[in-house]
Amino acid sequence: MKILVAVKRVIDYNAKVRVKADNTDVDLNNTKMAINPFCEIAVEEAIRLKEAGSASEVIVVSIGPKACQEQIRTALALGADRGIQVETADYPESLNVAKLLAQVVRDEQPGLIIMGKQAIDSDNNQTGQMLSALLDMPQGTFASEVKLEGDKAQVTREVDGGLQTLSLNLPAIITTDLRLNEPRFASLPNIMKAKRKPLAVTSPETLGVELKQHSTLLKVTPPTERSAGILVNSVDELVEKLKNEAKVL
Amino acid sequence: MAILVIAEHDNSTLKGATLNTITAAFEIASKTPGSELHLLVAGRDCQSVAEEAAKVDGVSKVLVADDASYEHQVAENVANLISQLGKDYSHIVASATSNGKNILPRVAALLDVGQISDITAVESEDTFQRPIYAGNAIATIQSLDSIKVITVRGTAFPAASIGACVESNAEITNIDSPASSDLARFVSEEVAQSDRPELTAAKVIISGGRGMGSGENFSILEQLADKLGAAVGASRAAVDAGFVPNDMQVGQTGKIVAPELYIAVGISGAIQHLAGMKDSKVIVAINKDEDAPIFSVADYGLVADLFDVMPELQLKL
Ligand SMILES: Cc1cc2nc3c(=O)[nH]c(=O)nc-3n(C[C@H](O)[C@H](O)[C@H](O)COP(=O)(O)OP(=O)(O)OC[C@H]3O[C@@H](n4cnc5c(N)ncnc54)[C@H](O)[C@@H]3O)c2cc1C
Repeated sequence: MKILVAVKRVIDYNAKVRVKADNTDVDLNNTKMAINPFCEIAVEEAIRLKEAGSASEVIVVSIGPKACQEQIRTALALGADRGIQVETADYPESLNVAKLLAQVVRDEQPGLIIMGKQAIDSDNNQTGQMLSALLDMPQGTFASEVKLEGDKAQVTREVDGGLQTLSLNLPAIITTDLRLNEPRFASLPNIMKAKRKPLAVTSPETLGVELKQHSTLLKVTPPTERSAGILVNSVDELVEKLKNEAKVL
Repeated sequence: MAILVIAEHDNSTLKGATLNTITAAFEIASKTPGSELHLLVAGRDCQSVAEEAAKVDGVSKVLVADDASYEHQVAENVANLISQLGKDYSHIVASATSNGKNILPRVAALLDVGQISDITAVESEDTFQRPIYAGNAIATIQSLDSIKVITVRGTAFPAASIGACVESNAEITNIDSPASSDLARFVSEEVAQSDRPELTAAKVIISGGRGMGSGENFSILEQLADKLGAAVGASRAAVDAGFVPNDMQVGQTGKIVAPELYIAVGISGAIQHLAGMKDSKVIVAINKDEDAPIFSVADYGLVADLFDVMPELQLKL
C-alpha cells in the first residue's frame, strides 16, 4: 500500500509575522519558512507506518511555487520515498488544493492519505475534509491515534468533548492533530540522500484541473493590540485590583 | 432566500456555541435583504433539541432530520444531508467547533464552493473578517460563491437569547434523510465528565502550563476554580506532557476562549497560546520568569513561584 502525504510551505511557527504597510497582505520577505508543523506530523506518521511494514511507499506532494521543493526535500530527508510538486504561481485556496490533490490521488491510487489538520498561516482547517468529499472517501480528522487493521483504519480523534474513535474503510483520509506523534529530526546523511530521491514536477494543466477563484482577499490589518498592564507585588495587591479596579470578582 | 444554521447538540440539548452562531447568522441576515434563519437539527431522537431551538430568538423555522446515522455526527452522513438541503440557501453557517470544522468543509466541497472559516465579524452579506497567522493578522475576505459556507468563532459574537418572545416560536418541520453511507463507522467516545463550566462558555478560566509540573498539581487550580465557578484550561505543553486531557488545550489549534477573567499559571505565553485567549477581558499571569511573554498581554502580572502564591490566592479570593 502506498501512502500519500501532502505538505505545505508556511512561515516557521516561531517567526513573527508582519502586516504590510499598505494592508494588502502579510510581509513574508526574509521570513524563515518551514514545513507546516501538522504536515510534518503527517510525514512522520506515514514513515512510521512504512517502518512497521504497513506501507510500501511514502509519496509526498506539495502545491506551490518552486520554493516548496525545499519542504518536499525536508520530507524526503525524514524518510519519504519520492516527491511531487504541483507548480502554481502562489498558494491556491483550499478547494483548489483539494482538487489538485484529488487528481494526484486518482493517478497514484494510495491506500491512505495523511495531511495536517490545518496550516498555521491561513488557519483554515479545510483541505483534508474537502479532499475526502471530492473522492467520496471517509475522513478521520484531528487524529491522535491511527491503527491499520486489514482494509480499515481505526482513528482516534481529538474533539471538543474529549476523544472519539471511528473505523474508516480504506482508502481514507486522515488529518493530524498535535498528539499523533513527535516528528524525528533528519540526520545529515539522510539530508544528503534526500537530494538524490526522485522529485517530479507537474502542473494544474497537466493534471487537467481548472483552478477557480472562490474569494478575494480585500485587506489584511494588524489585530488590535492589548495595552500592557502592570506588575503587582503581592497576592493581596492582585486580589485588591481584581475586586476594585477590574471588578471581575 | 434563507440562511441555514447547523445546530450543534448531543441529541438532548442545544450546545451554547450554536447561540453565538445564530447571532452571527442574524447579522448576515440583516445585511441580506429578504432573508430569514432556518436551523437544522440533524441527530437521533433529537426532538427535545428541536423544541429548544424553536425558542431561540431570530429563528423562523427548525428543520429536523432524525436518523440513526446522525447520532454521532459522522461527517460523511451529515455533510451529505446538509449539501443536499443547502442548495436552496444563500448561506450555510456552523460553529467553528471540532464538529463544525469536521463537517462543513465537506459540505462546501460537495457544493463546489469555498469555505470562509472562523469568522469574527460580518461586514456585508458576502464579506467577513477572520484571523489568520494565529491571530497576528486579520483578513477581510469577500466570498465570490453563490452559496456561502461559513464557520463562526463563538467568542466574537454574543449568544442569541432564548424565549424572549414566547408567541413567536419557530415552526418545526421533519425532513427526509438521504441514504446513509458506511464509509465511516462510529466506534466509541471518551467524553470528559466535569461539573465545571465548559471552557468556551466560562466567565472565569484558570489555565495551567508546563510550570504546573504534574497532573496532580492541577488540583491547586481546580480548587480555586471550584471556589470561583471557573473552568480549568491548559497550554499545549501541559497536554503533551500528559498532565491533563486534550480537550483542555487553549490556543491557535485548541479552544478559543474569551472569558471575563483568564488566569494563566506557569504558562510562558507562546503566540500559539495567546491566539486562544488574548481576547479575554482581563488577563492575570503568574509566572516566576519576569521576561515571560505572557506578561506583555497581562493586565495584572505577578512574578512569583506559583506553588508559593496559589495557596494564598485560593485563601484570599
Ligand atoms: C503547530 C503548533 C500548534 C500549537 N498550538 C498550541 C495551542 O493551541 N495552545 C498552546 O498553548 N500551545 C500551542 N503550541 C505550543 C506553543 O508553541 C508552546 O510550546 C506552548 O504554549 C508552551 O506551553 P507552556 O507555556 O505551558 O510551557 P513553557 O513555554 O515551557 O512555559 C512554562 C512557563 O512556566 C513557568 N514556570 C515554571 N515553573 C514555575 C513555577 N514554579 N512558578 C511559576 N512559573 C513557573 C516558566 O517560567 C515558563 O514561563 C503549538 C505549537 C505548534 C508548533
